[in-house]
Amino acid sequence: MADLNVGDAIPELKVTPDKYLTHRYAGASGDFNPIHIDPEFAKAVGLPNSILHGLYMMGLVARANAVLADGDPRALKRLSVQFRGMGAPETEITVSGTVKSVDGDTVIVDTVAAQGDNQTIRNAEAEIQL
Amino acid sequence: MSVKTEAIGKEWPATKYEVGKEKIGEYARVLGIENPVHFDREAAKAAGFRDVVAPPMFAVVYSSPAMAPAMFDAEVGMNFAAMVHGGQEFEWGEPACSGDEITTTAKCVDIAEKDGKGFYIFETNAVNQNGDQVVKGTWTLIVRGV
Repeated sequence: MADLNVGDAIPELKVTPDKYLTHRYAGASGDFNPIHIDPEFAKAVGLPNSILHGLYMMGLVARANAVLADGDPRALKRLSVQFRGMGAPETEITVSGTVKSVDGDTVIVDTVAAQGDNQTIRNAEAEIQL
Repeated sequence: MSVKTEAIGKEWPATKYEVGKEKIGEYARVLGIENPVHFDREAAKAAGFRDVVAPPMFAVVYSSPAMAPAMFDAEVGMNFAAMVHGGQEFEWGEPACSGDEITTTAKCVDIAEKDGKGFYIFETNAVNQNGDQVVKGTWTLIVRGV
């Protein structure tokens, strides 16, 4: 992975969160906002169903970028994301990215997380030190 | 209606979080991360860490408690029913390892109104027991219909 050039794609990450993922993520993260774990509550506030935690999808963006450094948790120096579309459980998430700049051992990657045409995270910028 | 801005610059008391090995493993597992440095003490030490090391985004676990009093502060006055998490940035320093005691402070850095939406920006700063910076977070919360 050391030889990265501007425009290179990072390996795509595909994950399909199961029906209970939001419950496990709530437990792991401490974020029990009912819009993520209670379909009736979610519908009552105008959502189609329980939605994924934005920070879960950001976690997948971090995981996809860490692959460039063989998963070394020291490599990711900065990650900035904008949350846009809502993510749904039981739908495949694809995280893809393109190398935006390379400066010595510092690589900046533009990353997107999407479910089909629905970009749930866009303009994600990851700074990785290789 | 418009947003209240008097909370800009306000800081809240620090929260403390002791990082645990099993909590790291639980978080890594939910994200499907399999690197043994997040589960196995010997593997983590062999890779140069003090102890089992947290994945970078574990930052939300120890930073979020510092955000709670800021978000619920009446002076900030956010309407939660209309709030969405608009953006997030983390800048990492020293990795967080099992056994670390992390102290996090939160500060409101901006409140502004644009196109009928309120933009509330908070910063959290987390340091470990040695005084090393672990992570700096910037949290953008958006409230519709202010």
